[in-house]
Amino acid sequence: MKKMSLLLGSICLSLICATVSFASGTVKIGALFAVTGPASFLGEPEKKTLELLVKEVNEKGGINGMKLEAIIYDTGGDATKAVQLATKLIKDDKVSVIIGPSTTGESMAVIPVVEKEKIPLISCAAGIKITDPAKQWVFKTPANDHVAAEKILNYMSSKKQKSIALLTVTDGFGASGREQIKVLAKQKGFTVVADEVYGPKDTDMTAQLTKIRGIKPDAIICWGTNPGPAVVTKNVKQLGIKTPLYMSHGVASKKYIELAGADSAEGVMLPAGKLAIYDALPKGDVQHKMLKDYDHSYKKAYGTEASTFGGYAYDAFLLATGAIKKVGSTPEQIRNGIEQTSKLVSISGVFTMSQKDHNGLDLSAFEMVKIVKGDWSLLK
Amino acid sequence: MQFDQILQYVLSGLSTGAIYALIGIGFSIIYNATGIINFAQGEFVMLGGLLTLSCLELLKLPLWAAIPCAIAVSTVVGILFERLAIRPLKQPTPINLVIITIGGSILIRGLAMLVWGKDTHAIPPFSGDTPIAIGGATILPQHLWILAITLIIILINKVYFYHTISGKAMRACSYNRRAAGLVGIDVRRMVLFSFIISSAMGAVAGIIVAPLTMIAYDVGVMLGLKGFCAAIIGGMSSGVSTVIGGLILGVLESLGAGLISSGYKDAIAFIILLLILFIRPQGLFGKADSERV
Repeated sequence: MKKMSLLLGSICLSLICATVSFASGTVKIGALFAVTGPASFLGEPEKKTLELLVKEVNEKGGINGMKLEAIIYDTGGDATKAVQLATKLIKDDKVSVIIGPSTTGESMAVIPVVEKEKIPLISCAAGIKITDPAKQWVFKTPANDHVAAEKILNYMSSKKQKSIALLTVTDGFGASGREQIKVLAKQKGFTVVADEVYGPKDTDMTAQLTKIRGIKPDAIICWGTNPGPAVVTKNVKQLGIKTPLYMSHGVASKKYIELAGADSAEGVMLPAGKLAIYDALPKGDVQHKMLKDYDHSYKKAYGTEASTFGGYAYDAFLLATGAIKKVGSTPEQIRNGIEQTSKLVSISGVFTMSQKDHNGLDLSAFEMVKIVKGDWSLLK
Repeated sequence: MQFDQILQYVLSGLSTGAIYALIGIGFSIIYNATGIINFAQGEFVMLGGLLTLSCLELLKLPLWAAIPCAIAVSTVVGILFERLAIRPLKQPTPINLVIITIGGSILIRGLAMLVWGKDTHAIPPFSGDTPIAIGGATILPQHLWILAITLIIILINKVYFYHTISGKAMRACSYNRRAAGLVGIDVRRMVLFSFIISSAMGAVAGIIVAPLTMIAYDVGVMLGLKGFCAAIIGGMSSGVSTVIGGLILGVLESLGAGLISSGYKDAIAFIILLLILFIRPQGLFGKADSERV
């Protein structure tokens, strides 16, 4: 009997030891990205970025001697699929942290699952409702739209521009921007004198702009993603409108200048994430080196320029690994570690999390830039 | 409301309307020769624009050479479409044909996405982009190109359909296919001709708008629907009434967006479409067909 219990005891002990040593050997990071489907422009660079980072870290010997293993699933941008795959990551793959999903809809669908299973989720989607109100296990890396809107309005008030004409696209991005600007404008004492919209596939906005021209606002804010804003920019030039034109952070890429033409885009102002404009940043900027390295290594690995969207996955990876390094590798420890993040320099900005703020970015995530001769120039 | 604002709305509307008219005529030519509503018409618009882009950037052709090249390739795609998808059909009932053209449009769009990617592309304007002022309103040189080319194409159409043998034969097919066949007209050849003409016209429409509106693999859907709308207003005629239909649609959209609300811009087009189908299914200018029993 005694022998038996000794044997059992030693088996148990060896099992425990085995699990412990296994746990200290690798950390599993799960990821849900919309690699295919309509949101693939988000998911594809996110996946590539994560793979690149995991490879780099493992080549350098891992974190605290632990290797990383990334398990990446493609959701196709489908919320139902995202929920199934999240469950799979947690139950079958037993991951310690999940990065993604890429879109707001998927993130909202996955939140109840991770809250129940107590696994930290770092979403790469921009929707404000993901972390407002803050949820125990949920974080996100892209800055909220209202941060970009606030950046524009702050700049406008420094130029004494008081009346705004809005021209927004009728999709989720435009609708969210339109709401946020209206709320902020009211708080900050601006008046919205025109509130026009256009369809994502519209090819001519001269009608809306003619109306705006008649109202004579101090500034026009256009909120959309390509190609709409490029058409608006061309139309503004055509109609000879001299009113300052502001764009959203959604067009902060060289593609926009290429589509609108450097001539028409001259003088357009917008808040840009720092990755798009790192060349124009002052050398003393804390993010400068990291942005440059990311762009170079991404270009070397995949032959294309790094995008802001891939940057969201980069941020999530840094948050997770930072927590593992400082606190530990169980889901609970990772969650606590992320929440304690302070002044973490990353791609989208400098993150400082708190119990109330699970996004951690502020106005410094964006820089106001002006397009001069087909290139970005920093506004002071 | 100031006069120059109204003038701007009308001018903007006319230039957009001219595009709708060109695409609409493409719809009605095929409809008249074959009885098919070719829902792939919008895809030829997209092909015209994207092929011009490739000719300019990959083959480094000058613009005057790139345009005929793009039209030729789009026309070949139109011929292949007719040969491979329309002609082999054993039972060419209208519903089968409509579904085939929808399938064809999805296929062409999918292939275009693989070839050119999902990005939007820009094509340089034909003759600069310095705005031209007309009594307080402004238009671009490209708008003049659009209006002029539309006009020329309509004139060529007129000459073809009324003054050449094959044009007359095609009209004969549209009145009565069987009778046309009995007097010795090769109806199937006329069907092929109709696809050639309309795919070439679609491509022209795509090329002349691309500098203004930019081009991507998925622009064909909305432009196709608007062109269809124009054709319905014009009563599916391949002549002046579809052109007027397109212009009316363009101007109403622009006035609606400017004077009422820009949120309803697309709704206006489709409300007009529904009203015409309910009240005057023969088109705004057509006489009602009397059915003989």
